[in-house]
Amino acid sequence: MKASLTPVQEFLAERLGDGALEAHTFRGDATVVVARERVVEALQAVREEPWRFEVLLDLTAWDRYPAEPRFEVVYHLLSLHRGERLRVKTRVPGEDPVLPSAVPVFAGANWFEREVWDLFGIRFQGHPNLVRILLPDDWEGHPLRRDYPLTEEPVEFRGHVPKVPSEIIPHLPPPRRDP
Amino acid sequence: MEPSQGLRQMESLPDRGRELAGGLARETLTINMGPQHPSTHGVLRLVLELEGEVIVSCQPVIGYLHTGIEKEMEHRTYHQNIPLVDRIEYLSSYHEELAYCMAVEKLLGVEVPKRAQYIRVILCELNRIASHLVWLGTTGIDLNVSSLLMYCFRDRERILEMSEMVSGQRMMPGYFRIGGVAADLPDEFFPAVRQFLDEFPRRLDEYEAMLTDNLVWRRRHEGVAVLSREDALRYGVTGPTLRGSGVAYDVRKAFPYSSYEDFEFDVPTGENGDAFDRYRVRMEEMRQARRIVLQALDRLPGGPVITDDRKVALPPRGELVRSMEAVIHQFKLVSEGIRPPKGEVYAAVESPRGEKGYYIVSDGSNRPVRVRVRAPSFSNLQALPTMVRGGMLADVVVAIASIDIVLGDVDR
Repeated sequence: MKASLTPVQEFLAERLGDGALEAHTFRGDATVVVARERVVEALQAVREEPWRFEVLLDLTAWDRYPAEPRFEVVYHLLSLHRGERLRVKTRVPGEDPVLPSAVPVFAGANWFEREVWDLFGIRFQGHPNLVRILLPDDWEGHPLRRDYPLTEEPVEFRGHVPKVPSEIIPHLPPPRRDP
Repeated sequence: MEPSQGLRQMESLPDRGRELAGGLARETLTINMGPQHPSTHGVLRLVLELEGEVIVSCQPVIGYLHTGIEKEMEHRTYHQNIPLVDRIEYLSSYHEELAYCMAVEKLLGVEVPKRAQYIRVILCELNRIASHLVWLGTTGIDLNVSSLLMYCFRDRERILEMSEMVSGQRMMPGYFRIGGVAADLPDEFFPAVRQFLDEFPRRLDEYEAMLTDNLVWRRRHEGVAVLSREDALRYGVTGPTLRGSGVAYDVRKAFPYSSYEDFEFDVPTGENGDAFDRYRVRMEEMRQARRIVLQALDRLPGGPVITDDRKVALPPRGELVRSMEAVIHQFKLVSEGIRPPKGEVYAAVESPRGEKGYYIVSDGSNRPVRVRVRAPSFSNLQALPTMVRGGMLADVVVAIASIDIVLGDVDR
């Protein structure tokens, strides 16, 4: 843990002990990374006095493929009382992408979690109705995973050469930095 | 067939009818509203369970407009994504672009020139008026005040014309750039916007005179689709829908961005959280938006409209013929794009529907690893079942209109 933490980051680090893996602030966004079993406890803890992060603005995930643990689930919280935002993250392995559902704490998590299940294939234990939300029920795969290819629908024009957008400008890896 | 037999059958019909009706009254009826229903303002399907005309449960079914924009953005460079984001919340593209550009700028740590910030505010607030006018007009259509749509679209058309002067496009402008805006405001923009803003309050007064004390309008709005403060917070509702429920949360005040701290404006709130409060909040927001535009026009500072960081923004055309370095920068930006540092940011703006946020994860390469669009309509729609439960079927139309969803934003 680094020295300059915001009060709520300090509180979470103390409250969760080993459960708080990391805390940092990048470009003014305070972030706490917690263990996946403790994430609901963390959300519950900051929801109470004196922090009152009672609005779940956003719940999403991103795929770190091929790194492990593969998925990172991200919660954006808002405290109207303190005028502050907080990002809580947790990491989920690709082998067994399961974590507890936040619906008991925030009713608004319901659709967000369905969306994460739909697009990433991450399951939320205890969710009342974990079914696809944006894609058709019979869709195969989870499109926002990095190993799910971006394809183009066939177009019936003569002379049309299918091209995925990634071919327009080649992907350039991050610049290598010497240690 | 013997006539007597037919007669007997006919005599037993009323009993049979009563029997059927008795059975039905205890049962609920499930109906589909949408996806092709004019008052769902897009392709939204609601599975409604009714007991008579009273709603027992409501289940929104979404995804009909899912385009996979978030996936697509992972395969394009940061600049190439700007035209894509326009198409998410298509009634307020300027807000969409602003939120996206702000997120990338935050990632890069780039400072936007003051003039560009003011220009962004002017266009966003005009866009807010245009978007609210669409809401008002379509609500009118839903409630059989068809002429209202014509009035609102007449005013909105003038804003779209101004947008065309500025960006060349009426909708989907693609005008904001990472680090500023594409070009300075043209000269003909200023008289046009002044004239519009001079006339606009009179128009709004006219609409309010027509609606606010109209018996039908009030009866259809008052006490309808009530959303309590607690429920609104539980579902993460934002924007005018949240403010109608009495919570004065506005991103422009709570987390000022793009120089909003320089302007004076009020955040209207409601008390009862019903459709009428949301109507009043939006009407007042249009007046406040006008107030902000006037202040920004009066105090519009001089200077450049895009950052001079050559790693982020294209060099001016004139420089290309004189400076080899400018040519290299131009070439690198066009052929590779920008490479923000590794990290993740969240930036949000107050769009006409609520908090529109972009969460971008960068690995240091020339395209994002993940772009997440925090869609206000998505969260607001989630609260719809709570609003309509126990109400009448006809009020569902008012409820949908009063949360002012854009299905492109819900489904992305």
